[in-house]
Amino acid sequence: MSEIDRDKLLDIYTRTMKVNRTDEKFRALLMQGKVAVMYYCVRGQELVSAAAMAALEDDDYVVCTYRGQGEQTAKGIPIEKWWGECLGKATGTCKGKGGTMHITDPETGIMVTTGVVGSGLPIANGLAMASQNSGDGRVTLVSFGDGAANIGGFHEAMNMAQLYKLPVVFLCQNNRYGEHTAYADHTNSKSIASRAEGYGMRGVTVDGNDVNQIYPAVKEAVDRARAGEGPTLVEAMCYRMMGHFFGSDFSYMPKEHLAEMQAEDPLPKLRAVMLERQFSEEELDQIVADIDAEIDAAVQHALDAPLPDTDEIYKDVLEEVN
Amino acid sequence: MAEITMTQALNLAIDEAMAEDDGVFCLGEDVAAKQGGGVFKITSGLTEKYGEHRIRATPISETAIIGAAVGAALAGQRPIAEIMLMNFVGVCMDQIVNHAAKLRFMSGGQTPCPIVIRTTTGVGVGFGGQHSDMLEAWFAHVAGIHTVTPSNAADARGLMRSAIDANDPVIFIENILCYGLTSEDPGPGYRVPLGKAAVAKEGSDLSIITYGRTVLDALEVAGELEKEGISVEVIDLRTIAPYDEETVLKSVRKTGRALTLHEAVRPFGTGAEIAANIQEKCWDDLKGPVRRIGGTFSAVPFASHLEQAWIPTKAEIVEQIKASVGRV
Repeated sequence: MSEIDRDKLLDIYTRTMKVNRTDEKFRALLMQGKVAVMYYCVRGQELVSAAAMAALEDDDYVVCTYRGQGEQTAKGIPIEKWWGECLGKATGTCKGKGGTMHITDPETGIMVTTGVVGSGLPIANGLAMASQNSGDGRVTLVSFGDGAANIGGFHEAMNMAQLYKLPVVFLCQNNRYGEHTAYADHTNSKSIASRAEGYGMRGVTVDGNDVNQIYPAVKEAVDRARAGEGPTLVEAMCYRMMGHFFGSDFSYMPKEHLAEMQAEDPLPKLRAVMLERQFSEEELDQIVADIDAEIDAAVQHALDAPLPDTDEIYKDVLEEVN
Repeated sequence: MAEITMTQALNLAIDEAMAEDDGVFCLGEDVAAKQGGGVFKITSGLTEKYGEHRIRATPISETAIIGAAVGAALAGQRPIAEIMLMNFVGVCMDQIVNHAAKLRFMSGGQTPCPIVIRTTTGVGVGFGGQHSDMLEAWFAHVAGIHTVTPSNAADARGLMRSAIDANDPVIFIENILCYGLTSEDPGPGYRVPLGKAAVAKEGSDLSIITYGRTVLDALEVAGELEKEGISVEVIDLRTIAPYDEETVLKSVRKTGRALTLHEAVRPFGTGAEIAANIQEKCWDDLKGPVRRIGGTFSAVPFASHLEQAWIPTKAEIVEQIKASVGRV
């Protein structure tokens, strides 16, 4: 496998840290009681999202889940709008009507963020079908967890995507838990990717904590999709280092396993790769400092932003009735 | 002018829309030429004209069909998805209710979802309990969807064009027993606006508010009662939700009596909502309670005589009208 280009590596690092610093900031705000909203923590999964988004073109489509902060910020949603939406403000991507579980920003390619596990896959097929129909050359990537692999829509979507050779990438972030249920308690398949074979599809399992595995795997899937070679199911092994949603109990996650997984934390591993490739400590720290400053400003902007007008509840229901 | 059947009307409307806009495409089980052009032949002949990408025969995967329609709509296309029989919408309700209906609202207006979901149903063809239900109330209860059903071929042509034009999801219910009905062809480009009811027959003693196949029963009964000196006005809603409240209330204010009539079961049906709204808004004009007729509250039975007994009968409609106008 060829080495990742140095510029691309820097790009992935920047996106990864953007996801991580956003996550840290959100948890800090929640713990300080400055905001009180549902937030689905992405600690441990930052690299998967960042590397996947770095493998896409700007105008490619993304469908993600309520745990989609990684895809959203790494794909490049303007962060003031992102924070505005998460805080339910009029300045948010969706005027405060979507919220943390329903972020949409078509300009960035974030087309749907669904709160219904597994529902994104059939929709991703449709976005890809539109690209296939129109020949616009776009690829659609849909991100979901291991729990989603057990709903009917997953199977229907896999079969249909392979049948039509749709330009879609199915990215399973196998974080080992479907809500509070561990992988082994909800799935018998040895892996999620192994299910691809059942649809005649290409499936690969990679270490989502290793940039040298996750990025090339998604990039190859994207390239194949764009070349008309059809979909790929990429399973990125990772670990959800916290509970299902922020603040929820996670005593069901065995401590020994948690410790084992913490040793696989993608962030120090990524930093080590960066240093190996002659990026300096100062350079890497400066990137993080810049991101922090940008996030702090965006959070303040969102905190100061106005609430949506109450009459927004009557708008955007049906175009014809507005 | 030539007569067309409802089947032809729907085919012509879809054909026209596909010719005018490359973004319009059809998908559903068996819809392409290879599979016979759809079980009810609505898409017959279109594969030859537009190819297999625009008339996509799908696997039996209702969730994947509607999900694909939703995604394609978000990308700016105008898919027409067929759910072969209305009872099967149960399989894909998540995509319809949680996604198609809500994506415009939840995105703050950024991602409208212009899809048409064509589906067929109807009591009286011996299909039994899982192929016959009218489930329009399920959709009427969800904000963000238009629910439409034609009662004649001309309206079918015009409503289908408007449904494809609409920038929101439309559930388009086709009653199997209406497919063979004929109308004078209204011609290319004909449109019946969504949300506008038709006064199918004018009258002065009582208003029947109905839609779909039962419009035919209402008109037949109204014709018979005319001879007995009872003047019945028949309102064909055409769009069940959001419905044309103005036309309904205007009619009831004129006649002072109302009867809602539908094939779907009576409890919690759309007739209940319309009746309640009439009582709230026309109380001073009403000469008696609003009456409701619907199907029997059970699964649709198979045996022919049971199935016929299940459907609201013309005798029941006559009886209710006479009771309402005080001539039992």
